[in-house]
Amino acid sequence: MSEVIVVTSGKGGVGKTTTSANVGTGLAAMGKKVLLIDTDIGLRNLDVVMGLESRIVYNLVDVVEGNCRIKQALVRDKRYPTLFLLPSAQTRDKSAVNPAQMVKMITHLRDQFDYIILDCPAGIEQGFQNAIAGADRALVVTTPEVSSIRDADRIIGLLEANEIGKIDLIINRIRFDMIKRGDMMSSDDVVDILSIPLIGLVPDDENVVIATNQGEPVVGSNTLAGEAYQNICHRVNGKEVPFIDFERGISFWTRISGIFHRS
Amino acid sequence: MELLKNILKRKSSREIAKDRLKILLISDRVNCSPEMMEMIKNDIAKVISKYMKIDTKSMEIQITKTSSKGRALKNPTLYANIPILDLKQ
Repeated sequence: MSEVIVVTSGKGGVGKTTTSANVGTGLAAMGKKVLLIDTDIGLRNLDVVMGLESRIVYNLVDVVEGNCRIKQALVRDKRYPTLFLLPSAQTRDKSAVNPAQMVKMITHLRDQFDYIILDCPAGIEQGFQNAIAGADRALVVTTPEVSSIRDADRIIGLLEANEIGKIDLIINRIRFDMIKRGDMMSSDDVVDILSIPLIGLVPDDENVVIATNQGEPVVGSNTLAGEAYQNICHRVNGKEVPFIDFERGISFWTRISGIFHRS
Repeated sequence: MELLKNILKRKSSREIAKDRLKILLISDRVNCSPEMMEMIKNDIAKVISKYMKIDTKSMEIQITKTSSKGRALKNPTLYANIPILDLKQ
C-alpha cells in the first residue's frame, strides 16, 4: 500500500527540505520504493540537498504541462536504486501548477511507489495548497522557537481543515544544553502547545550542515541527527522506536563532539 | 533577601516563551483577541461566583481544536478550568 506524505511547516528555514531528503533516503535504504517531489516551484532546493542537481532534465511543470512523460522527469538517486526525485522548476512560479493537476499526477504515480514524499514550500498560499492536495498524511516540522511554533499551529489548522488524515510533528534543531539551562522549550512543551502526535526529535547537529554541503544525506550515519532521522523513518513505517532521551542526549552529544574535536 | 526572592522568582526564557505562545495561539486559533478572552474569563468568573466561591486568580480558559486525547475536533471548544474554593456560600 502506498502512502503520500507532505512535509510542511509554514515558516521557512526550519528544515523541510532536509527532513524530506533524509526521510526519503532513509525509507529507500530500508528497501522501500520512494519518490521525492519538490513542490517549491521557482525556488527548487531538494535536488541540491540530495546532490542530484546535475542530473535534472525535465521537471514538475514539464510533467504537468505534458512536455515529457513522467518517467523521463524522474531522477534516480546516486546511492539507492529505489529512490527517485521529481525536481521542481526553477524558472517558473507557483501558479504554473494547480491542486487538481497535482492530485491527477499523484493518482497516476502512487501505485508505482511505497512512499511519495512532497517537500512543501514555506507559506500558506498556492504552493502549500498544491503540496497538500494529494497527500494522505503530513509531517509538520518545527523548531523549538516561538515563530516557527506559531506558524506550525496555523499549518496544523489548515491541514485539519483540508482533512489530511494523519498529522505528526517533527521538532528540529533541539539544543539539549539549552533545554537543560531552561532557555529552550522542551519537546514536551512543544507537544503540549501543538497537541499533535510526536514522530521525531532531531538535535541541532552540525553534521547536517556538513552532509548538506556535500549533497549527502545524514540519515543512517553515526551522528545524532543521522540516528534521529533513522528513527523517524522507522516510525513513519509503523515501527515503534523509543525517543532519544534527554540525559542520554547530553552525554551522547558530549561524547560524540569529544570524538570529533580530538580528531 | 529581596534580591534573592527576585532571582528565584525570575522565569526562564523557556517559560516565558511557552506562556506567550499559549496566549497567542488562543487568539490565532479563533480569531479572537487576548482582550476579548480576558473579558470572557471575567464574565464567567462573575457568573460562577454567584453560586460558589472560586479561585479567580488561578482559573484558566482556553479555546482548543483538539480533545484531551489529542484527536482533532470539528469545532473549536472552550475549556474553562475553575478551581472551587468553597461549595457552600
